[in-house]
This record gives sequence, C-alpha cells and structure tokens, in this order.
Amino acid sequence: MPAITLTDVVKTYPPREKGAAPLTAVDGVSLEIAEGEIFGIIGYSGAGKSTLVRLVNALEPTTSGSIRVDGREITGLRERELRSVRAGIGMIFQQFNLFSSKTVWGNVEFPLKAAGVPRDEHQRRISDLLHFVGLGDKAHARPDQLSGGQKQRVGIARALATNPRILLADEATSALDPETTSEVLALLKRVNAELGITIVVITHEMDVIKSIADRVAVMDSGRVVETGPTFEVFSDPKQASTKRFVSTVIAGTPHGDELDALRARHPGVLVSVRIAEGGVDQRDVFALLARHGLSFEIVFGGVNDIQGRTFGTLTLAVTGDDAAVRAAVAELGDDATELPTSPTTSVRPTEGR
Amino acid sequence: MDSLIELQPMLWQAAVETVYIVALTLLFGGIGGLLLGLALYLTRGGALFANRVVYGVLNVVVNVFRPIPFIIFLAAAQPLARFVIGSGSGNPAIIFTLSLAASFAISRIVEQNLLTVQPGVIEAARAAGAGPARIIGTVLLPEALGPLVLGYTFIFVALVDMSAVAGYIGGGGLGNFALLYGYRQFDPVVTWAAVLLIIVLVQLVQFLGNWLARRALRR
Repeated sequence: MPAITLTDVVKTYPPREKGAAPLTAVDGVSLEIAEGEIFGIIGYSGAGKSTLVRLVNALEPTTSGSIRVDGREITGLRERELRSVRAGIGMIFQQFNLFSSKTVWGNVEFPLKAAGVPRDEHQRRISDLLHFVGLGDKAHARPDQLSGGQKQRVGIARALATNPRILLADEATSALDPETTSEVLALLKRVNAELGITIVVITHEMDVIKSIADRVAVMDSGRVVETGPTFEVFSDPKQASTKRFVSTVIAGTPHGDELDALRARHPGVLVSVRIAEGGVDQRDVFALLARHGLSFEIVFGGVNDIQGRTFGTLTLAVTGDDAAVRAAVAELGDDATELPTSPTTSVRPTEGR
Repeated sequence: MDSLIELQPMLWQAAVETVYIVALTLLFGGIGGLLLGLALYLTRGGALFANRVVYGVLNVVVNVFRPIPFIIFLAAAQPLARFVIGSGSGNPAIIFTLSLAASFAISRIVEQNLLTVQPGVIEAARAAGAGPARIIGTVLLPEALGPLVLGYTFIFVALVDMSAVAGYIGGGGLGNFALLYGYRQFDPVVTWAAVLLIIVLVQLVQFLGNWLARRALRR
C-alpha cells in the first residue's frame, strides 16, 4: 500500500477581488508515494508545491480530488479527526517555526502533549529524540541560542515526537548554508533509513533532490509535469522546466555564447556524447575515437553520480580526418551529436517555459 | 505649602484610591480586552476561526467606541453604569465605565501584538495535531507575552490618566484630589503634589512592566 496517494487533487483559492478568476494553486495532481521512500517535489516558487504538501496533512482543505494517507481518505474528515491524521505526519519548515517561548525540550514535548501521550513517557522519548538528532546537550537551550542547523534539528526532533510514519519537509534546507544543508540532509537520510519513515521533500534546489530523493516529481503552474526515479529524470529530462532544473546542477551541452567561446578556442569538430550507466561507457567512446585515428580533448561537461549511478554529457573537440570524424559520430549513434558549426541556430534545450 | 501638610492624609488616600481603581480596571478591562482582541485576531482572514462577518462586526464595534473621548464616554455610558452597578457615580460606577472603555482600547493592542506572532509557528502547532484551545493557550499567548506585557503597561499609564478624568464626575483618586483641593482652591502646590505622585506611580509601573517583559522575552 502506498504511503500517500493523490488522485486528481485540485486546490483553488477564492479570487482576491470580486469578478476575478479563482486562483488555482494545485491543478489536477495525481501521485503515488511509496512507503519508505524519499520522494522529492521540485518546482519554482509559486508552482504549488508548498500548497500541495499542506493538503497532505490537511492544514488546508482540498477543493476536489482524493488524498489517501496510509490508505485512509482524509478529504472530508472533521477537524477533530484531522488532528489525529496530523499527529501521524511530521512536518518541518524553511523557517523552522520553533516556539520561541519554549525550550528545546518544550518544543519537542509539544506534540506529545497534543497527542495525549502519558507524561511519564515524555522524558525518555524526548531524550532519545534529542540524542538521535545530535542535540542531547541542548535540551534546556532556547531556540534563539541555536544556529540554523541546530534549529532545524530541533524541528526534526519535534516532527518525529509522535512516531509519525510520514515526514513532510517544506524547503527544510533553503534557509541554511551549503555545509549545514548537507548535515541536515544526512540526518533526513538517517530518519529514512533507520526509522523507515517516508519523507516528502519540497524544494526548489535540484541539489537537494540529487542528494536524497529516490523519486522526483517536477511541478510547474500547479501541475506535475514529469515524474520518475531521480536518476532517470536527471539523465533524461523530458520537459522544458525539468531540463532547466537539471541544468542548474549539471553541466550539459554547451549552447549560445558558451558554444561560440569553445569553438573559438578549440580547433576541430565539437561532439557531445551522453554517458550513462547501462548505456554508453566512456572507455568505449575513447577507444572508438582512437580506432578511427582521431585525437580529442574534453572541453565541456561533467560526470555526475546520483545514488551510486553515473551519467553525464561530455563535449569533445575532435581533430583528425573529416571523414573519419563523421564515421566515428555515426558509429556512436544516438548518444553522440555533432554540434553545429555556424553561429548557433539550434534550439537551446535549457531555455523557454 | 501649609495646606498640603494638612491635606497629606487625604493625598495618600487619594493615591491608594487611584491604584485601586486602576488595578481593578486593568483586571476587568484587561480580561475584556484580551477576549475581544483574541476574537478579532482569530476571526481575521486566514486565522484559526476566520469569519469575515464576525470580524467585520467586531471591527466596526471597536472602531465606534474606541475613539470616543473618555470624558464623553463617561457621561454617555452613565445610564448603563446605573443599570448594571445601581449607581451612576462613585468608584464602582467609574471602574465599570473605565473597564468598558479600556476593553476596546486593549483589544486593539492585544490584536496588534498577536499579529506579531509568526503565522508559521501557529502552522507548526496545527501540524503537530494541536487543537485551537491548546494553540491559543500554550503557543499564541506565550509567544506574544513580551509585547503583551509592554502593551498592558502602556494601558496602565493610560488608565491613570483616564481615572484622573473620572475624578471630574465623582470618581475618587488623585485626579479628584487635585481638582477639589488644588484647582478649585487656587493652590497649585497641592496640584503639583498630586502630579508628582502620579509621575512616581507611572515610573514604578513602567519599570515593573519593562522588567517583566524582559523576562518574558528572556533577553
């Protein structure tokens, strides 16, 4: 059974002024999030991802469609029933949203009190959680005495207090510096691996998706435009917005000014080769070029590792006999493209909405 | 000066009376204002009990009563005081009318201070499965406590002012004292003595309020 199933979910807000069209934040989203996975939802601000995640724990009512959490339909439940649904779903936030009037301890205790967990169990539970997130010594600190990374750790401990099966992370690392981000992501991975908690990660940062998501959905204007295993979406993005996201973290094919600059500096023919595990092996490419008596240098691109699988695009400046170059490119097939020689007229893969 | 020494026991009594009137007003008006302010905050758009109609009505009611100059409000509300308290003058009637007027003023201060609480914090409490009563009692009010204490301190000072005005229509206290024995007897020294006491009282309370607010903010 999937942890979360969304079917044709729509969320509209009433218009700002009379006569205006209602605002559609989520526009017919269907998704299935498997138990125990880390599922990423990426999109620009305003794409509807934060709204979508707030429908999952019913912080906002769904306009239409169905949302099942652990098999239970949550749309149309009463407020009182929704509270127990929410207690089974942890949530962490970009701005941490800690209670500044309470200590670290008080913050983690809050969900326990709300869920009516007997008081004699609090001590042990809170202490376990604080040790799990590495803040065993900060129980009596106040939130304003903590660093951003520590605050998010408290947020995670608080979200896990009632033993939820699902954790929603809404831009949880967007306010953190890169080093702290990777610490928090590592902690989320532990939450997933050691506690078996399903995690839904909302972000606009492809790096976050790249480092922790098993599967990813790309949102644009309230719709999911592409979804699949992270490796596949990265190595073979289909939609324009997906390509744009991928290009933010992965150097793909050069275009425009980049391409012109490369051509000015390097003699020979520019050829882009797509490398992917289970597809083209770098060694084969290089051996093949050598066999055709061609020399080459790598002038652009990179090789990436996503969850232990490699892929990338390398652009080579190949020099040698023209016919031999053409024969080699033909032999490489679909995975190689000769880049156009005259000022770029090709469609830029990373532009346009 | 001689008259002041003569009047000294009455001056002290007036000071005690002022403290008594203001303290009780702060209690009743404070509770009334807190409830009204909470209602305003909670029925606002996007809040826990968002309700456009209720908010609109409360908003208009507060806006109608709050700007009425207190001395006019005292006169206008006298029949109501007579109906509720049984008398239109004297300290109980003054405390009643003061509390009523203060509720409207305090409600705005409460509303403003509650609005400074980050909505995300309320959202986090909701996401944790907490109900409205728990959120209001253990998150919303504690999060706004520092500014609320300062707000109530501000109101205390305003109430000292208002209670002195009430001396004009039969309330006791320093205002009444200054009016009866200072102004009407052409004895500015007596008036100044009352003023001095009021200044001391206000300073003390402001000091106390700042200290409490600092503790609430833990800075």
